[in-house]
Amino acid sequence: MTSSRNGGSDGPATFRSILFDRDAGSIEAGAREPEFFPDLHLDQVVASLTAGREEYRLAPFFYLPLHSIEAVHYRHHVLSELDGEPVLEAVRAFADGMRRMRKHLGLMNNLHYARQKQRWFLAAGSVYCNTVTAFAGRLAELELRSHGFVGLRDYVSAYTASGAFTALLADTKEVEAALAEITYTVQIRGNRVRVSRYAAEPDMSEEIEEAFAKFKQGAVQDYRVNIPDWADMNHVEAQILDLVARLHPEAFTQLEQFCTRHQGYLDDTIGRFDREIQFYLAYLEYIKPLMASGLAFAHPRLSARSKDVRGTEAFDLALAAKLVRDDAHVVCNDFHLTDPERILVVSGPNNGGKTTFARMFGQLHYLASLGLPVPGTDARLFLPDRIFTHFEREEDIETLRGKFEDELFRIREILEEATGASVLIMNESFGSTTLNDALFVGSEVMRHIIDLDALCVFVTFVDELASLGESTVSMMSTVVPEDPALRTYKVVRKPADGLAYAAAIAEKYGLTYERLKERIAR
Amino acid sequence: MKAFLMHRDHDFDLDGELPANGAALEQDLELAVLLTGMGAGDGFMSEIARRALLLSLSDPEAIAYRQQILTDCLEHPAVVRELYALAGEALTAERKVWGGILRDSPRTILSTSVAKMELFVGFLRRLREMADEHASTFSSPGFTRFFAMLRTELDEEYIELIEDHLKTLKFKGGMLISARLAAGNKGRGYKLRRPREQGLLGRVFDRSGYSFTVPDRDMTAFKVLSELEDRGVNLVANALAQSVDHVRSFFIMLRGEIGFYVGALNLSERLAELGQPTAFPVPVARGELALSARGVYDVCLALTTGQPVVGNDVDGDNKSLVMITGANQGGKSTLLRSIGLAQLMTQCGMFVGADSLRVNVCDGLFTHYKREEDDTMESGKLDEELARMSEIANHISANSMLLCNESFAATNEREGSQIAREVVTALLDEGVRVLFVTHMFDLADGFYRRGRDSALFLRAERGIEGARPFKLSEAAPLPTSYGGDSYRKIFGSSVDAARAK
Repeated sequence: MTSSRNGGSDGPATFRSILFDRDAGSIEAGAREPEFFPDLHLDQVVASLTAGREEYRLAPFFYLPLHSIEAVHYRHHVLSELDGEPVLEAVRAFADGMRRMRKHLGLMNNLHYARQKQRWFLAAGSVYCNTVTAFAGRLAELELRSHGFVGLRDYVSAYTASGAFTALLADTKEVEAALAEITYTVQIRGNRVRVSRYAAEPDMSEEIEEAFAKFKQGAVQDYRVNIPDWADMNHVEAQILDLVARLHPEAFTQLEQFCTRHQGYLDDTIGRFDREIQFYLAYLEYIKPLMASGLAFAHPRLSARSKDVRGTEAFDLALAAKLVRDDAHVVCNDFHLTDPERILVVSGPNNGGKTTFARMFGQLHYLASLGLPVPGTDARLFLPDRIFTHFEREEDIETLRGKFEDELFRIREILEEATGASVLIMNESFGSTTLNDALFVGSEVMRHIIDLDALCVFVTFVDELASLGESTVSMMSTVVPEDPALRTYKVVRKPADGLAYAAAIAEKYGLTYERLKERIAR
Repeated sequence: MKAFLMHRDHDFDLDGELPANGAALEQDLELAVLLTGMGAGDGFMSEIARRALLLSLSDPEAIAYRQQILTDCLEHPAVVRELYALAGEALTAERKVWGGILRDSPRTILSTSVAKMELFVGFLRRLREMADEHASTFSSPGFTRFFAMLRTELDEEYIELIEDHLKTLKFKGGMLISARLAAGNKGRGYKLRRPREQGLLGRVFDRSGYSFTVPDRDMTAFKVLSELEDRGVNLVANALAQSVDHVRSFFIMLRGEIGFYVGALNLSERLAELGQPTAFPVPVARGELALSARGVYDVCLALTTGQPVVGNDVDGDNKSLVMITGANQGGKSTLLRSIGLAQLMTQCGMFVGADSLRVNVCDGLFTHYKREEDDTMESGKLDEELARMSEIANHISANSMLLCNESFAATNEREGSQIAREVVTALLDEGVRVLFVTHMFDLADGFYRRGRDSALFLRAERGIEGARPFKLSEAAPLPTSYGGDSYRKIFGSSVDAARAK
């Protein structure tokens, strides 16, 4: 990815982005969901981790994989900083403040009476000042090392010292103090309403409480009625407010002047940081319950050259999120490819975790290319140029081409676009044809992939595909030996053996060769 | 303001959880009979009595506090019953005040509370007047404090202050509300204010602010003003409604606490009618093992039969085990219940059914009785018994007392007594006092052989011709029980006749 402007300078003074080491401008604006997202269930992951954060429009950031190791490291360093609770805490407090500020501005836009709008604008300014000041203070105290955060700290420090900011801060305080001092009384007598300055008339609820204090017998019900408080005003309230303003003209004039003076106070870079940092927070929050349940995440060692990849105790992120929510056990799997191995051929009993395994392999590589920690205790991964998936799909009645052909057509497209730096996930291809056809076409496709030298997971029921050359490795989903109906969801390196499951289930029913002979002989 | 007639320094627990052993105690000691006797038709009073009996006191001084109050009550039954009635009347009157349709409006809450409080104030004044009249004739520390408190806290000046407040809260001269400017310049922190005392011309000359008039036809505006008034009185309505709750709680507590003593009065009068003796027991703190009773009888049996019943003497000082054996229908269970009831009555501050009783207070009274129901499966019954004993073990502690009635008889004697022996020995070693009714000779004899320094052995006697005197005496267990007697009594001599053939 190339930056759209002043790409050369990335010093702290010119800090622009916490997501991109080189200013990417607003390149994410046109980003679309990659085609493979549904197959890898990454659409679920993104939907779930952006939920509740709609205002930040985060999804595009998840559609933009990085293509340089430096860019990935920029994020890794920012993330390690966020590992520290103090930094995370400071960022969260900042984000909360900014959100509150936006809420105030939103309200302001929906209201009708000028004096109300003005007060909400003041409130927004006040929250902004407090938030940024507090954030600057926290950042100054923290020991920061990442380029991203160091740049941010210097920027915020310079900004809070600027004339624009200090004037905003001082004005906010002054006007707020003036308004806070006002207490007024309303006397209602039939249809007559009188608004006056408060003259220290005694509080009657205090008097009543005091008079009956001697009867206190412990906890009682709360009889306060929750009278709904609308943000807007009716005309009577507005009339009362106008009279309050007449009683206190100085404070209300100040308020008016504040609003004209500080239009457009929000700083661009501060606003951009507020949005971008959510990319990290969303992901960290998403994986937090998983980590709490004992699952590990690791910053992968990433290479743009070596295809020796390895994952330890890895798992399907989308599935794990669901299982953890349901308090169910998550099965982790290991994989590794050592030169010249490139292709994991996965076979074994159905519903044994083959698809999950394939998905996991793809997810790990994609998440790594986003600069995010990946599922597993340890991972060494390849930074791909692109990821391709081919998952068996429900037959589409609309297309006249048969399913088998349809599959072939899509696979050809993939093979044309893929390079040696791509990652391919092929899942249960050719299930709709005869074994012979599947063997033939599968072998052909496999040879193409071998020639490409691309990393690949190939899920198939055809044993022979597992041993087509030195670049293929056979893995199998497994069952509990004593009860073949139970899946372990473990996928392990093992020669393909389509008969293993049949033998196990025969044993259980006493129908293996020896057992059946014995029974007949008795 | 607290009545403090059940405890020197805290309220009686009117609705908390009862001890885990409560249900078993009620069933095994037939408390329902005692409670009906105390309530004399007043269900609330029976319930109070039930709680007082199950929520045992374990401090001899706390017991003495109630005994003294009860002594006052026995001397002035009419005054005590009048106090009970007054508290009840106050509560009934308050319930009749209608809450209005708009229950959720602070203005309604306020006006309802004013009406209720006006009623309560009348009853509080009557209560104070009773204290004025009777304080000098009561002598217990509890009543002395109670009456003195009523006279200081509810003096006429205070009652008038309250009446004055209630009058102000009817807002004859309009409502004055203060507020501050909060978010969006909306008013917040609405508080009801007492207008400054004005001259003869009132606030007419108060021109300190600006005013406007809402047009007569602007219904929205009137709604807004009502809502503003609601905000204004919200806190004061809450304060007054809570005060109503507090005063109500005071009357509820008073009714409950006095109710216990009225119940005791009822029981005392009923037993006197039956010619049964009652006595205040001497509660003994832990440190010394006390259990000596003269003529202790089963109060429930007396109430049920309406006849005088026989009492027993028990000399169980320094004995941690009392083993009761002997003839069926010979009064073993009755004695066990007599002691159990006396224990509960002692520890709730009442008199007991006896000529005299000196006994330890215990930390908890537990019962383990053979249950007659579900005699379908023998093994299931032993399971059930063991489960219950295990449940008891979850709760029992040193300085507790366990009453066993034919425990572990659901299995054969050897097995049953072996289980019982282990259980009882463990309990005794842990400092639990055990009273055990059994016909298992193996069990009783085993303990008898171990020695009588810390164990008492009582035996139900077979009278002449098998007549049962319901009187037990100190005696060694005998190898046979008297089941044959019972059998013959019920089946007549046909068995002998059959055997003779």
